[in-house]
Amino acid sequence: MNWGKFQRKVAPYVFISPFFIGYAVFSAYPVLHAFYLSFFKQTGIGTRKAFIALGNYGKLFQDDRFLHSVLVTTYYAAGSVFVIVPLALLLALVLSAKFLKLKGFFRLLFFVPLLTSSVVVAIIFSLVFNERYGLLNNWLLAPLGLSPVRWLLDPRWVMPSIIFVGIWRWTGINSLYFLAGLQGIPDELKEAAVIDGASRWQVFRHITLPLLRPVTLFVVVLAIIGSYNLFGEPYVLLGQETGPSDSGLFMTIYLYLTGFRFLNFGYAAAIAYAMMVIILVWSLLQLRLFGVFREA
Amino acid sequence: MITLRKERALVGREFSSRLHIPKLFEMSLRIAIYLLLAAAGVATAMPFIWMITSSFKLNAEIYSYPLTLLPRNGTLLNYIRLLNGSDIPFIRQFGNSTIIAISETSLALFICSLVGFGFAVYDFRLKPPLFVFVLATMMIPSQVTLVPLFLLMHTFGWLDTYQAIVIPGAINAFGVFFLRQTMLFIPRELLDAGRMDGCSEFGLYWRVGLPLSGAGLSVLAVLFFLGSWNNYLWPVIVLRTMTKFTIPVGLATLIGLYKQEWGMVLAGAFLATLPIFILFMLGRKQFVAGLTSGAVKG
Repeated sequence: MNWGKFQRKVAPYVFISPFFIGYAVFSAYPVLHAFYLSFFKQTGIGTRKAFIALGNYGKLFQDDRFLHSVLVTTYYAAGSVFVIVPLALLLALVLSAKFLKLKGFFRLLFFVPLLTSSVVVAIIFSLVFNERYGLLNNWLLAPLGLSPVRWLLDPRWVMPSIIFVGIWRWTGINSLYFLAGLQGIPDELKEAAVIDGASRWQVFRHITLPLLRPVTLFVVVLAIIGSYNLFGEPYVLLGQETGPSDSGLFMTIYLYLTGFRFLNFGYAAAIAYAMMVIILVWSLLQLRLFGVFREA
Repeated sequence: MITLRKERALVGREFSSRLHIPKLFEMSLRIAIYLLLAAAGVATAMPFIWMITSSFKLNAEIYSYPLTLLPRNGTLLNYIRLLNGSDIPFIRQFGNSTIIAISETSLALFICSLVGFGFAVYDFRLKPPLFVFVLATMMIPSQVTLVPLFLLMHTFGWLDTYQAIVIPGAINAFGVFFLRQTMLFIPRELLDAGRMDGCSEFGLYWRVGLPLSGAGLSVLAVLFFLGSWNNYLWPVIVLRTMTKFTIPVGLATLIGLYKQEWGMVLAGAFLATLPIFILFMLGRKQFVAGLTSGAVKG
């Protein structure tokens, strides 16, 4: 074999090796190490590990704070799926109206909230939600004659507030996904239905919506996974805490506090694995629900 | 062709006439849509506008009635106090963010393009399983690695350093996938011609692969830069001292320090967002393409 041929045979492996080496060190090993750690009790760096088998996993089911964090995250996920996603679809339908001027401008405008860091978002919304000097209470509720709401101080209002931030931040990008899906639906299909006497609602219900199924699946899965990843907005918005009566204790916040404030590494690893299982189950459930496996 | 268009026009006319909707209804629907969009637009922009205008207000004015959009007595005091570094080393932190974001983006682009090139233009025996493996790694949520990766950084002695953020962040399966898709369109004849001229395989990557994937690279660059600049969770875990903090971490501590100093916090939030806004204005197409590619988490 000459040099050129040899080089061609080896080259692809050399090209792809950086990913696999990097992944092995910075992801695969940590993933396995986390699994190993989850069977031990260890608090603090360099302290002795005590093997407790499934102890950490057993503790998950008796830990009220953990169970509460599952509830909080699920609350937000439900808010994402049943509020943000439909709003995004509505926005996409509005933005795809044929007569609309300034389409490009509006698309970009609704996109901008995505560009900011979660910390900046939290800073901005601290002012929006401020009980006495906040925008919401003074400029929205007061003119409507409603009494001020203690957004971030009342445990019942903390989650609606954080979902409100989610609406502001994520509706725009999700509507762009729906827009892409809408553009993929041929006009002829809708026109044919109208000629056959279908009403606007019927066209939407029986043509547009079914054809948007793949996009909807994608958006819903992203929204749910996003709920489990949510950290910066609630954590900073609630003063780097978990809110009154833990009302904003998201799972990633609980993982962070357990691992890096209480340095309870073993238990944090178990929480992380529980999160992974939940996220995988959600994703598979979604795929099933939307009938992806039926076609396969 | 012409008849087809005519038919289309006819169908179109029928489309609107068959709706049997009075003109009045159509008109009010349009007005309602415009009103809805205007309201949503104001709601989207107002928090930003409020942040910017309030950063030029004294704290006493932020906490006073009635709320005014424009500052009554505009002041630069918040910016002066922020930039003179007496509370947090803001300029230093801005520099940290810049260095980390640029090096993480460059390194990630380099690695992803190498690997993407390998997967796109060669056929080798282990290619299918290895590529499936790359895709499968995207299924694993990053939370799983937080604790052990932190311990690993501790073992390496990397805590409180740039590389603790830059190097793990440069391994990105989505980037590999994205650039592999881009590079599939590189004509193999072009590569063979290069080989005939005595170009090495790495030379082919450097002189053919990279220049031909400019569009994909710029989209990914925007995505990586934005992710790195805004990242909060991992930096807050591995960075320990004020002078090493990135902007999001620094700003979060500023809130913790002074609950009532919102003017300064808002000034910092505005300055933290400014580079991204400028980049966005320059590369709107890349931003939209990158962020709609499905890689956004959160």
